[in-house]
Amino acid sequence: MVERSLTRCLAAGLVPLVPFLWLCVLFLVPFLIVLKISLSDPAVAQPPYTPVFDWSDIAGFFSQLDFENFGLLVEDDLYFRAVLSSVRIAAVSTLLLLLVGFPIAYGMARAPERHRSLLVALVILPFWTSFLIRIYAWIAILKPEGLLTQALMGIGLISEPLDILNTETAVYVGIVYAYLPFMVLPLYATLEKMDDTLLEAALDLGSTPWRSFWTITVPLAMPGIVAGSLLCFIPAVGEFVIPDLLGGSETLMIGRQLWSEFFSNRDWPLASAVAILLLLLLVVPIVIYRDVEARRVEARP
Amino acid sequence: MRRAFAPWSDPAAKPLIRFENVTKRFGDAVAVDHLSLNIFEKEFFCLLGPSGCGKTTLMRMLAGFETPSEGAITLGNQNLAGVPPYRRPVNMMFQSYALFPHMSVEKNIAFGLKQDGLPKDQIADRVGEMLRLVQLEKLARRYPSQLSGGQRQRVALARALAKKPKLLLLDEPLGALDKKLREETQFELMDIQHELGMTFVVVTHDQEEAMTMADRIAVMDHGRIVQVATPGEIYEQPKTRFIAEFVGDVNILEGHVQGLENGLWRVKTPSAAEPLTIDDPDEVLNSGQAVAIAVRPEKMVIQRDPPPPGTRNVLTGEVWDIGYLGDWTVYRVKLATGEILRVTRANASRFVENPIDWDEQVFVTFAPDAAVILAE
Repeated sequence: MVERSLTRCLAAGLVPLVPFLWLCVLFLVPFLIVLKISLSDPAVAQPPYTPVFDWSDIAGFFSQLDFENFGLLVEDDLYFRAVLSSVRIAAVSTLLLLLVGFPIAYGMARAPERHRSLLVALVILPFWTSFLIRIYAWIAILKPEGLLTQALMGIGLISEPLDILNTETAVYVGIVYAYLPFMVLPLYATLEKMDDTLLEAALDLGSTPWRSFWTITVPLAMPGIVAGSLLCFIPAVGEFVIPDLLGGSETLMIGRQLWSEFFSNRDWPLASAVAILLLLLLVVPIVIYRDVEARRVEARP
Repeated sequence: MRRAFAPWSDPAAKPLIRFENVTKRFGDAVAVDHLSLNIFEKEFFCLLGPSGCGKTTLMRMLAGFETPSEGAITLGNQNLAGVPPYRRPVNMMFQSYALFPHMSVEKNIAFGLKQDGLPKDQIADRVGEMLRLVQLEKLARRYPSQLSGGQRQRVALARALAKKPKLLLLDEPLGALDKKLREETQFELMDIQHELGMTFVVVTHDQEEAMTMADRIAVMDHGRIVQVATPGEIYEQPKTRFIAEFVGDVNILEGHVQGLENGLWRVKTPSAAEPLTIDDPDEVLNSGQAVAIAVRPEKMVIQRDPPPPGTRNVLTGEVWDIGYLGDWTVYRVKLATGEILRVTRANASRFVENPIDWDEQVFVTFAPDAAVILAE
């Protein structure tokens, strides 16, 4: 008996430790390493920064760290513009994703029950193909003599070839396409749980279908809307592949800047500073979301 | 006093709701089958029937969530065909209550009033009035998830009443409540209906609920109305065996008509030695016709001593089971044919000397006018 309760106590204590352990090993430690690099100076060496951690001279090691790289980020407005433009592109994309994703999720949730699992499978289907290949495929579609231009000219909608590859429009197309499942699935999960009789009750009380949508469906889908928006907005801010392949040289995004500091300029410390900045930028909305969520749960236990 | 209310027996009275030959099909299944029905203003009307009998479909057609495949429904002078639910002067209390989980009690009640674009102070007045009516003033700011089942039921009722609809539909309004609360709420609903002078149409599968509350009951089966009558008539003069068995408990004795004697029917049945004598003059029967005789358990008398010779309707058997319910005792008496009769006796005194016991031989009798003849 005693033995059993002891193991149970141990198990109860250890289980919550598991996620913390994962977070420590896979997030906190790498974060600290990146933070350390961001405080270092670039060097032509292996690894390409100084100082390198040394147990024998810890005081000397810390004295060499400074915020110079962060100072550079503030001085050069390139980074500020890149962040601003990233946030703008991510925000517009998230809005577009909501506009496209909501009707899809709504239609799925209203579909006959026997079709729903098939529809969910279809939404996830693109993941079976490599992300990179799918984005490359969009080049073939969007380029001036590409499939889209041919199709639109074929039905006579346009007379001039479309020139949207290497513009921000192409980036939006790419992000909306690539992130759609991340928007649709959380929305579908909340809409599917919704009780249809609530809409009937609203209609019965004199609310038109359109008003019932805004007063009942949308507020009740809010957890899904927030979750889907965060799942799209956060990775979209740091997105590198889509703007690089579809956006051309003018599309300024912080993820791309990070990549070029790291690989083209081999300035690891500055790249790390950009990474830290990006992280701080993305932590803010999550903290706000958690706060709002906590307050909501508190209000209605 | 309320029983003096009987517009259905007044040929000049104009019904509030008319179903005219209404049919509703879902694919191949017929939910409502060529049904005609009149419901009058200020009536407390119950649709009673087993699940799948079409009562809920009938109510949903009134609310506007289903459209009839054939036939017409009129409310007042308005044909309801093509009128969407949000334009009907009808409100519904849902079985699941369907309270909006993201709105407080007062917001839930105000929802319908807001749709009408009433000024804010009028909405607040009306919400206050409704909260007082259902005695929930103190819980106005709570959310539905913070309420008990009984409180939710009241919010749902208040929300449905807030717009003063011409017609209130209640779908199994007491189904989710426990027995004690259900009984209290039945009387409250009747009082509220009487006080507000509204027409209530209630769907229920609980015959006790229907009997207690309704002015009239429509018993439905397989999409048709089998009988529309007052609770008393339904119970005492059921039209068919289905109704007799569905509403309350009943003993059925099968037999064949022998003929009419002094205005009383003689029916030969294997259950009794002598033919039974039944006083049901309205029935038109032929000699030799197969009939079922329905006798309610409380209208049968159980005794140990043989009844005096010449007593009508005597059955003999042995006590198979005794159930003591406090107010009633239920005896299950097994006849020689193997049929089991259910006989109840009111426990009028606290102690009975030498009560009837298990396995005893007993005589069961009933008066000629205690039984109803149902044509098979």
